[in-house]
Amino acid sequence: MLAIAKNVTKSFMGTKVLDNVNLTINQGDRIAMMGPNGAGKTTIVRALLGFYHIDSGEIKVNGADPIKNRVDVLKSISFIPQLPPPVRLSIEELLSFVEKSSDISREKIFEESGRMDLDLKNQLNKPFFKLSGGMKQKLLIAIALSKKSNLLIFDEPTANLDPKGREKFYELLTEIDPACSTLFITHRLDEIEGLVNRKIYMDLGKVVEDEKI
Amino acid sequence: MKNLLLIAYLDVKESLRSKWFYVYSVVFGGLMALFFITGVSDSVVMGFTGLSRMLLIFIQVTIIILPIFILITTVKSISGDRESNVLEYMLSFPVSLKDYYWGKMLGRFATVFLPVFLALILGVIFGLFKGGALPWKMIFLYSALLFSLSFIFLGLAFFLSTILKSTDIALGASFVVWIALLAFIDIALMGLMLQNRVSDELIITLAMLNPIEVFRIGAISLFDPELTVIGPVAYYLLDTLGSVWLIIYAFVYPIVIGLILAYLGYVAFRKKDLL
Repeated sequence: MLAIAKNVTKSFMGTKVLDNVNLTINQGDRIAMMGPNGAGKTTIVRALLGFYHIDSGEIKVNGADPIKNRVDVLKSISFIPQLPPPVRLSIEELLSFVEKSSDISREKIFEESGRMDLDLKNQLNKPFFKLSGGMKQKLLIAIALSKKSNLLIFDEPTANLDPKGREKFYELLTEIDPACSTLFITHRLDEIEGLVNRKIYMDLGKVVEDEKI
Repeated sequence: MKNLLLIAYLDVKESLRSKWFYVYSVVFGGLMALFFITGVSDSVVMGFTGLSRMLLIFIQVTIIILPIFILITTVKSISGDRESNVLEYMLSFPVSLKDYYWGKMLGRFATVFLPVFLALILGVIFGLFKGGALPWKMIFLYSALLFSLSFIFLGLAFFLSTILKSTDIALGASFVVWIALLAFIDIALMGLMLQNRVSDELIITLAMLNPIEVFRIGAISLFDPELTVIGPVAYYLLDTLGSVWLIIYAFVYPIVIGLILAYLGYVAFRKKDLL
C-alpha cells in the first residue's frame, strides 16, 4: 500500500471540504480522479502532500505521516500543479533547487524536456515566469518525470498544453515504470482513458465512486 | 542545513533581480550621496558637524524609511508565495519547513541589511575623502544598531507574513504597525504624560519598549552620550541604565523581540495549513 487516507475530514471556515474520505492507493494504480469543482479533489491531494492539517482521520504515505515526516514523504512523490506558479527564479536557479533538494539529475531533466520539444539549454537565464504557459508546464512535467518517485500526482497537467504537447505528454506517460503509481485529477477521462486502470469520482467532499477499469 | 543555505541563496538571487531591491538600494545610497552633495556634512546643528552630522541625519531618515521598506518588501514573502501558489510548488519538493522558513529569512535579511550597511560605508568613505577622522567605534556601534533594527522588523514581517493569509491584509497590517511604532505610541504616551495620570517612569519604560524609540535613543547616544538633545528624560535613562547598558539594551532588545516574533511565525508556519 502506497498511500492511505482513513476517515479523513477537513473543514474550511465551517464548510466540510473532505467528509470522512477513505482512499487507498496501491503500487501500480493509475487513477483518474474526477468530480465537479469543490468536490475535494485538490484538497485530498494537498493533504497527501502535507499542506493541510486534517481535522480528523489519518493519512499515511509509504507508512509515514505527511505532516510529521514531510521530507521523507515528498521524496517519493512528484507533483504537477494545475497552473504553473509564477516562480521568479531563473530556470538555472529552479533546476539548481530541484537538483539539490530532490537529488534529480539535470541531464535527465534536459532529456525529458527534449522529448517534449522543449529546449532548455538556451534559456537557462530566463526567469521561469517569463516562459509561455505551455513551456512552463512542459518543464514542470519534465522535472516530475525525472524525479524517481513512487507516486506521480498530476492536477489537470495538460490544461496549458497544445494538442501536440498533450500527445507527447501522454506518450511519455506510457513509458513510466509500471510499479509507479499515478493520480490524475482531471475533467477529461476520454483523454487519459488508456492510461488509467482505476477511476475515482468525488462529490461534496466524499468519494462516491471508486472502480477498477 | 544544505537546503536552508540553498533557499537563502535563491532568495538573495531572486531579490537582487527585483525592482524593490533597486529602489531600496538607490534610496539609501542616493540619500547618502545627496547629503554630501548638498553640504549637510559641512553644516553645524547642535554642535554636530562633519561625519557625525551626516550620520545623525542618516539616522533620522533610517528611522522612518528602513522599517516600512523592510515590512512592505518582506511581508509578501510567505503570504505572496502562498497566494500565487509558488509555495505549493516549491514545498512539493522534499524541503523541511524549518529549512524553507529560516532560509527565506536569512536570504531576506542579507538583502535588506546590506544596502543600508553599504550606504553607511559609502558615507564613511565620503567623509574620509573630505578629510574627516574615521570614528571606528561609532561606525561599529551604529552598524550594530542598524543590524538589530533590521532584524526586529524582519522578524515582525515574517510573523505577519505567516499568520495572515492575504497579502493585502498583511500589507495593511504592516502599515498600521509601522505608523503606530513611528508616531502613534509616542503621541499617546505624550498625552498620558501631559495628563499626569500615570507616573513618568512608567511612560518612559513603555516608550523604551518601542524598538524605533530604542534605536533612536541608542543611535543618538553614540554622538551625544549625555543625551542632551532628548531633554530631562535623559536623566532617568542614564541614571537607570547608564550609557553602556543603554547601548547594550538598544542592540540586544530588538534582536530578542525579532527572534521571538520570527519564531512565533515559524510555529504558525508549521502548525497551520500551508495553503
